[in-house]
Amino acid sequence: MALDKNGIAKRIAKEVKNGYYVNLGIGIPTLVANFVRDDIEVEFQSENGVLGMGPFPFDGEEDADIINAGKQTITTMPGASFFDSATSFSMIRGKHVHLTILGAMEVAENGDIANWKIPGKMVKGMGGAMDLVASADNIIVAMMHTNKRGESKLLKKCSLPLTGVGCVTKVVTNLAVLEIKENAFHLLERAPGVSVEEIKNATEGTLIVNGEIPEMKI
Amino acid sequence: MINKKVNNVEEALNGVKDGMTFMLGGFGLCGIPENAISELVKLNVRDVTCISNNAGVDDFGLGLLLQNKQIKKMISSYVGENDEFERQMLSGELEVELTPQGTLAEKCRAAQAGFPAFYTPAGFGTEVAEGKETRDFDGKMYVLEPAFKADFAFVKAWKGDAAGNLVFKGTARNFNANMCGAAKITVAEVEELVPVGELDPNQIHIPGIFVQRIFQGKNYEKRIEQRTVRQKN
Repeated sequence: MALDKNGIAKRIAKEVKNGYYVNLGIGIPTLVANFVRDDIEVEFQSENGVLGMGPFPFDGEEDADIINAGKQTITTMPGASFFDSATSFSMIRGKHVHLTILGAMEVAENGDIANWKIPGKMVKGMGGAMDLVASADNIIVAMMHTNKRGESKLLKKCSLPLTGVGCVTKVVTNLAVLEIKENAFHLLERAPGVSVEEIKNATEGTLIVNGEIPEMKI
Repeated sequence: MINKKVNNVEEALNGVKDGMTFMLGGFGLCGIPENAISELVKLNVRDVTCISNNAGVDDFGLGLLLQNKQIKKMISSYVGENDEFERQMLSGELEVELTPQGTLAEKCRAAQAGFPAFYTPAGFGTEVAEGKETRDFDGKMYVLEPAFKADFAFVKAWKGDAAGNLVFKGTARNFNANMCGAAKITVAEVEELVPVGELDPNQIHIPGIFVQRIFQGKNYEKRIEQRTVRQKN
């Protein structure tokens, strides 16, 4: 069965390693924090200026001055720090953040990503996404394999305005885990009960299937 | 001590004119200069360019200036929470320059620090880089981005003193700290203006040299955009 959003987040949480500073985007990526093993040390960075983000506050304890990049009220963990926006992006641009997890509308087989604009329709802006994808070495995209019309989001070439070029290395969807290299999506794992055939049908870009593809363990 | 204190928001905004470029601190509604924004609405200055990460919401923050059609151009990274903004942008009434958030912050910092421009990898190969100089450093491509030029920077801090020293709280520091000293005149409003000498020099986030005018703000609403809580058990 294809994964739901929590399932995708659970699988991505396994990519978070001890000692990592991690930047989580809005949407499915935010859920990843809920599933990170509690026996490892990880700090979550939010680009509006906090390192060491904690869970949402209890009702009545929210503070207007302490929010995440999604403008939600948050708390901080012991050892947390606050800083200005330029310092925040020094952490990102300077590659001090080890892992970036973000959503996308489209990903191409060469690692291009589009997630900020639908011409004539949606004009919200790129926020910090362009800085994140241009700088991070370790980027995981969390998204559904197809859009609401059932069309593949893993393409030969992005049709929407790009956020970054040749930057995505890994994609985790409701159907599969894929690695991007040598201008192709390499199938690494299938969601439980999902066949290679189903993944092939939902992938417009070049899909490389090498040998037996294991099911994800989540 | 060089005294930067002014008595009220009216004095603080003296010299603000039509057609000027303003920087406004804040991320979403967190840390926005509420008093300065209210006064800009009252002064009804027109055709202004606003550099601000976001554009407020329909009825608060920079949304108030948008409702009043005072803004000619917005330079922001994310404008998703404002219907009036989207309407004015799609109809062409409002000019918008969407800028990657880290680039926006650095364009402020560059202006503060005296750099005319800098290279960043953000936006290379996208429409953000169109018409801009690009350059290869060690096999990676970068885009040349100029520093901002602004007439006024309006920032909000938690505490400050008459010397212009500022201390921020939580994530309300955001762009506020980077905009100090990045415009011809920096106006700081604070929740608490404390006597000079009370702030520990070791704990000051922005030294007073970057601030030209400071005043005790009032009636802070500090609206929360996305109140998100968990229940006890």
